[in-house]
Amino acid sequence: MRARVLIRPKAGILDPQGEAVMRALPALGFEGVSEVHVGRMVELTVNDESQVQPMCEKLLANPLVEDYEIVIDR
Amino acid sequence: MSDREGGARLTSPWPVVPPSTATLPSLQDALALGLTEPEYELICEKQGRAPNQVELAMYSLLWSEHCAYKHSKKLLRTLPTEGEHVVMGPGENAGAVAIGDGLVCAFKVESHNHPSAVEPFQGAATGVGGILRDIFAIGARPIAVLDSLRFGEPSSQRSRYLLDRAVAGIGHYGNSIGVPTIGGEVYFEAPYEQNCLVNAMALGIGSRDKLVRSAAAGLGNVLVLFGASTGRDGIGGASVLASAELGEDEDKRPTVQVGDPFEEKKLMECSLELLERDLIVSLQDLGAAGLTSSASEMASKGEVGIDLDVANVPLREADMEPFEIMVSESQERMLCVVEPSKVAQVLELCEKWEVGGAAIGAVTDTTRMRVFAAGELVGDMPVRALVDDCPLYDLQPVKPSSTPYRAPKALPSPLKDARETLLSLLSSPNIASRRPLFEQYDSVVQSRTVRRPEQADAAVLAIRPLDGSDRNARDPIPGIAVSIDCNGRRVAADPYTGTVAAALECASNLACVGAQPLGTTNNLNFGNPEKPHIAWQLTEAVRGLGDACRALAAPIVGGNVSLYNESPPTHASAGPIYPTPVVGMVGGLPDVRRAGAMGFTRAGDAIAIVGPFAPSLLASELAKLQGDQLPDGLPAIDLDAVVAAQRAVREAVRTGAVSSAHDVAEGGVAVALAECCLAGGLGARVRLDGEEASERLFGECSGAFVLSGGRDALCSLGDSTSVELIGTVEGEALAIGGQIEVPLSELREAHRALEELFA
Amino acid sequence: MKFGVLRFPGSCDEVDALLAAGRVGEAELLWHRDRDLKGADAIVVPGGFSYGDYLRAGAIARFSPVMESVIAFAREGGPVLGICNGFQVLCEAGLLPGALLPNMSLRFTFRQVQLDVLQPDTAFTSACAGEQLSIPAKHSWGRYYADATTLTRMQENGQVVLRYASGQNFNGSVQDIAGVRNERGNVFGLMPHPEHAVDELTGSADGLCVFESMRTAVEAARV
Repeated sequence: MRARVLIRPKAGILDPQGEAVMRALPALGFEGVSEVHVGRMVELTVNDESQVQPMCEKLLANPLVEDYEIVIDR
Repeated sequence: MSDREGGARLTSPWPVVPPSTATLPSLQDALALGLTEPEYELICEKQGRAPNQVELAMYSLLWSEHCAYKHSKKLLRTLPTEGEHVVMGPGENAGAVAIGDGLVCAFKVESHNHPSAVEPFQGAATGVGGILRDIFAIGARPIAVLDSLRFGEPSSQRSRYLLDRAVAGIGHYGNSIGVPTIGGEVYFEAPYEQNCLVNAMALGIGSRDKLVRSAAAGLGNVLVLFGASTGRDGIGGASVLASAELGEDEDKRPTVQVGDPFEEKKLMECSLELLERDLIVSLQDLGAAGLTSSASEMASKGEVGIDLDVANVPLREADMEPFEIMVSESQERMLCVVEPSKVAQVLELCEKWEVGGAAIGAVTDTTRMRVFAAGELVGDMPVRALVDDCPLYDLQPVKPSSTPYRAPKALPSPLKDARETLLSLLSSPNIASRRPLFEQYDSVVQSRTVRRPEQADAAVLAIRPLDGSDRNARDPIPGIAVSIDCNGRRVAADPYTGTVAAALECASNLACVGAQPLGTTNNLNFGNPEKPHIAWQLTEAVRGLGDACRALAAPIVGGNVSLYNESPPTHASAGPIYPTPVVGMVGGLPDVRRAGAMGFTRAGDAIAIVGPFAPSLLASELAKLQGDQLPDGLPAIDLDAVVAAQRAVREAVRTGAVSSAHDVAEGGVAVALAECCLAGGLGARVRLDGEEASERLFGECSGAFVLSGGRDALCSLGDSTSVELIGTVEGEALAIGGQIEVPLSELREAHRALEELFA
Repeated sequence: MKFGVLRFPGSCDEVDALLAAGRVGEAELLWHRDRDLKGADAIVVPGGFSYGDYLRAGAIARFSPVMESVIAFAREGGPVLGICNGFQVLCEAGLLPGALLPNMSLRFTFRQVQLDVLQPDTAFTSACAGEQLSIPAKHSWGRYYADATTLTRMQENGQVVLRYASGQNFNGSVQDIAGVRNERGNVFGLMPHPEHAVDELTGSADGLCVFESMRTAVEAARV
């Protein structure tokens, strides 16, 4: 099955990439955006979905500064 | 290889199966690939039949301007390429000069203009990657990168975007691979608005007896392709991207190559270790036209044939057609020729460095390039026809009756006095501090950078990394210096004199650090050479380059040509770029402890203008700020006088007789003085003869220098060149006669103008 | 006294670190796939872009075979210095507190920075006592971060060893932190590059004291 791991900066940790995007949007005429976070996505094809969380804890994310979310496509 | 392909074999004895298409490609296909009708007919004649898809794809690339230099080769043959220091001249992956102790410095500049205009980050990054591969392909370890950039005025949003992304791309590649970016140049001029220039130069150091050439040799030897896997990157790049005028559409993006510096770092270490352990016969990088060009050129140089099977090429995407595999420009790949008994060791080393490696073919005695797909012959061409038989064209140069370039846009209000003029020049995009650019580059990795950007006119590197073994020794520490330069506006005003000036500027920069020129590389960036006035610019520029390099005893050891840098007439900024023959020059200095620096270092030192000082405002930065139309011609340069002045400055720096040296360039002597003050953090008080004329203060010329040091030492230079004592290093302001008195802080503020482009 | 300098695919400053360490002792490169530390008395995890810095700077290097040995070496009290990417690797490995994030500017920045030595009595700074150091920094991923609790504990334990001098913190590190050590004091990481400041000819020799301090510490431990 395919698993997607979405990794983003933890709440409260300064996210200069998100801020840069947020500053750029109004300049392009997009109003009303109040929060932007830029993270990354890891796409995996796995046999055992229960392995994805330990993978995140150990390698894919740094729990000190990042949150992650696992989405399994069935 | 004169008669081996004699007329007897006009029809191919091999069965030809056109892959995946039922019919042979037509003349229309050939035209779409950039070939002309007579060229297509010549290909049919050489083949003895119509070429199939694989063959046509390969011919179209190898017979493109980019690979065949068909409009420039005849001119390039007039350049001086030999000299006492030259070890490897044009024709190899890079040139090389001897730097003593059995070592050579390999170097070359190459353009990646059109890819950078389409995707500036990847275009610039892969430009750096490509030039680095050229260096380690001859067995030299890359030790430095410089870049030469041209964009439209920074007032344009597109130019700012291209600048920002190109600089980031250069940094991304150079920084990640551990090769310092130690210098470069950037100019902003409207004619580059639609056709930015991204030229990258690399230097490497190797042992003279370990250099490797690219000629394939040894019947039965194996061709090993190693590095990254092959995908559909940049298919048709060489002929579609690099040789046609850039159109309106930006849908060429999918064919842009993506660079991976991590892969290249491993590839570089692997290549150097293969050479170190004598495991390979010859080596070639895969650049424009990928496997097509590298395999054919190896065969051509070795006067042998090559058989290769695309089914053995490791692919990134399944179902690639044979012709796609042959022309793919996937980055970070090398091709080597290996004796059969050493193939296993070669592949083992690839495994150690975690790069892919595969035997894909063999050297034959057929003098034919034969392409197979899983054993089936899908392409068969005489190597000589592919590589050497592309027709070369004579240029039809005609000097235009008037300049094709519009006058630059003048400042909104006229400059009211000399003080304001100086500050406007210091903050103008072509003169302001380059710190916001070079701060994005690692300039110190490899432990040999003795002069970083803005410390001196040229970058200075110790030949051997500094390891402390010299700490107590009195032995000199030999070094090399390098500079890259070209003021396109001056070349546009006078292609001959402007090009001479570009080469002299490089040599003057070298003189300021105490280095003597050893060799030169160049990148000729021009418009469409089929147009008579561009042909004239190109012809005159090459004549100027040849004359200057002969006078400097700095022969051309390699280079690159980028033509068709024009935008279609529908554009607001239509027309050709300024002719931009970028010159890169490498020099040697006996002891880096004595390397010169730009900044004033000692209050109380005398300041002198040294060398032939004949300033003119024609095509100067001030003329640009005033919106002056380009003049028709520049004042002639007295080459001998300039070379004599450079020699005097070089010797003074080498003996430690002077405290600082800086050459007078854009913005004239007033700007040069300001730069010496800023670099050293010290002020100066000077008077100039005729200083009331702005020509004296802000006029530009070749061969003049601002030196500081003891009064007697400066005066003694008068034996070999002209010297005018103008004042002393003192205080915390620059004072020029009664007209200008500016505190350093104000100079610095003006000089920081480019920072806002990166804010 | 022997330094072992790690070499990962993608390391860039390992030879510089080797040369710098070689000025004060013996020094040898240690390949990432080897577990043998070859009798090194101190380990340097050098700068560069180990494994391309893909995923996260230092994230993959931390699991290499040689790092398993280095982690064991550190747990036994062996001195370990992490420079730039090496600092990131040591944080990822949990040998040092905190993490490194992208620079505020989101750009790679090279700058000669001034550093204040806050802890002049560590195994990595004893030879730098009381000085301000001029050392180049060069990275795009060097903004030091640790949460408030961790920072307080680090303060109490004297773990903040180097700070960017006033106005020099270009990457946005919390509390201007440039270099930290572990509680035990045998592992030290910093973003600036002391190995690029060991010779006046290349601009500064202020970084040499870091290597000299390590030698002193190793020799003192032997007596």
